[in-house]
Amino acid sequence: MTFLETLLAHSPALVIATPLLSAFLVPLVGRISPRIRDIFALVMLGVTGCFIGLLASDVLSHGSRVYVFGAKNLSVPLVRILFEVDSMGMFMAIITVMLAGIAVIYSWSFLQKQDGLDKYYTLLLLVTTSALGMELTGDIFNFFVFLEISCIASCALIAFWVEEGEALEAAFKYIVVSSIGALFVLFAIGLLYAQYNALNIATLAHLLQFSFLDKIILVLLLVSLGMKAGLAPMHMWIPDSYGRTPPSIVLLIMSATLASFYGILRVIFTMYGNVLTTPLRFSLPAHLIIGWILIALAIVSILIGVIMALIQTDLLRLIAYAAVAEIGYMFLAIGTSIAALGTTYATVALQGGVLHILNDAIDIGLLFLVAGAIYFVAKKRSLDDISGLARNMKYTTVFFIIGLLAVAGMPPLNGFTSKFLIYESVYQVNPILSIIALLGSILLLAVFIKVFYAAFLGPELPELKDVKEAPRSMLLAMGFLAALAVCIGLFPNIFLDALVKPAATALLDHAQYINMVVGGL
Amino acid sequence: MIEYIPYIGVVAMILIGLYPILFRRNLIKIVIGISIIESGVNLFLIILGYRDGGVAPIFTSLPPGTTYPEEMVLPVPQALTLTSIVIGVAVLALMLSLVMHIYRKYGTLDVQKIRRLKE
Repeated sequence: MTFLETLLAHSPALVIATPLLSAFLVPLVGRISPRIRDIFALVMLGVTGCFIGLLASDVLSHGSRVYVFGAKNLSVPLVRILFEVDSMGMFMAIITVMLAGIAVIYSWSFLQKQDGLDKYYTLLLLVTTSALGMELTGDIFNFFVFLEISCIASCALIAFWVEEGEALEAAFKYIVVSSIGALFVLFAIGLLYAQYNALNIATLAHLLQFSFLDKIILVLLLVSLGMKAGLAPMHMWIPDSYGRTPPSIVLLIMSATLASFYGILRVIFTMYGNVLTTPLRFSLPAHLIIGWILIALAIVSILIGVIMALIQTDLLRLIAYAAVAEIGYMFLAIGTSIAALGTTYATVALQGGVLHILNDAIDIGLLFLVAGAIYFVAKKRSLDDISGLARNMKYTTVFFIIGLLAVAGMPPLNGFTSKFLIYESVYQVNPILSIIALLGSILLLAVFIKVFYAAFLGPELPELKDVKEAPRSMLLAMGFLAALAVCIGLFPNIFLDALVKPAATALLDHAQYINMVVGGL
Repeated sequence: MIEYIPYIGVVAMILIGLYPILFRRNLIKIVIGISIIESGVNLFLIILGYRDGGVAPIFTSLPPGTTYPEEMVLPVPQALTLTSIVIGVAVLALMLSLVMHIYRKYGTLDVQKIRRLKE
């Protein structure tokens, strides 16, 4: 076995271990010099990214793999945890590590003058670890543990600007919502264990009978993970916490949110994959009912997001409402895919939804970084107090235009590719849904054009006369996301074929996920 | 009937915990509510592993004459509960420290008055 093969064999563990250990090394490195600490955090994320790349290339070419922590054979009692790595998990892991890396680069300048940065980098790496853990684990209790880590670490990060009362308020709201959610996840796990005496997702999926208790478990899991993913009507913590933290932290909370969204995909498509076609009341199959409930909530999310964004004056809060609308699009796609399970456009909808996870991370992330750059130079939040910034901030203006067109789903940017797949498949289910989705996009365009006029064009304000372009590391972070947005927009097929289609196939093919564990190990 | 009483207790604790979260205005009471829900869920996990007349699930020090594994209580729920208790302590400490800071900033613990984040 060569060194590379050994590394590959243990990379599922290393993907978790590297950021976790470096999280606790950061304060020590910080004692040497803050500069080295900043670079150390990025390098360790880079190493994690290398492991993920190695693992992803193997998973994509040779299929999923299982990593066993603990007992290898079945003769002793089953004290072990399995990691099950498939292309969907890898897709999410790539997004997570990318967002974390960009957040580190951005915070080099953005948080330069703040103190407590040792703890900031520790928490940043912990959120990354927890999101990666949620995405790679094959054990539902392990999933809960990572969910709680992400809840605690993100809450501490939201309260970063602790001298502002609003940040504390947002953090308290977040921890109440997410700890209640996590407790109900634990309750559901207890119910599952009571029925099937197993905690492994694949084993549970194999054994699941869809009894009365299983329906309660499904509702508990969907509600509590949906709460963490920000689905309406449980979205109210998103504008508060996104709007009151440094944008680099928003990227991290977003990666935790997307990991919860991934949890919902895993629960519905894999854990309940075998029983989705069981008829429920009035001989309607279960997938139709679940799908339409998700579609209804998604439409509410989109409408609440865009309408509330229209009336905001605080720039960060406005983008946070746009983020709620984007989450609505992701749920619309998977709702459609579940409702129409088995048809060809269900696959198209799922591909659109999966690609939209990446696009949401890029577009909303880019807009937040631009808003953060404006806050950094002008020290103002409200749109009424900023004007004419395009004169001095050329690059930031360009990045904002890219972000606004991408989030509104304009060709040739990345938002268009995924939203087009979503419109196309939703139209097959019901044309009215795709009209609402299109309307949402148009309203988002209107909202951001308004922001563009207010912030970047218009007369120059005397107190903003001396603003300078944002510092280099912030421009680098924004430029990276903008370049990615343009790349995915221009060459969507490369990304679709290489990452999105295998991920969607892995989700739909739950039998393969189950057989990896139930048959072989 | 008697064996259902612990489960009724679990449901009662979760509902009692939800009441202050939904209807009380004091932040500390909300924290207490979350803590009660957590105890309810922990109690539920413990009941799952309980076996009438069972011994502690420690392999090396089984009392003589016990047959594995029928006479041991289930070890997995106990491990889950321990993990959950540790997590619960961390969440509780974090929540209380936030409440403390909020009290310093706002001078009140009333949810109705702590409302700078609107719309």
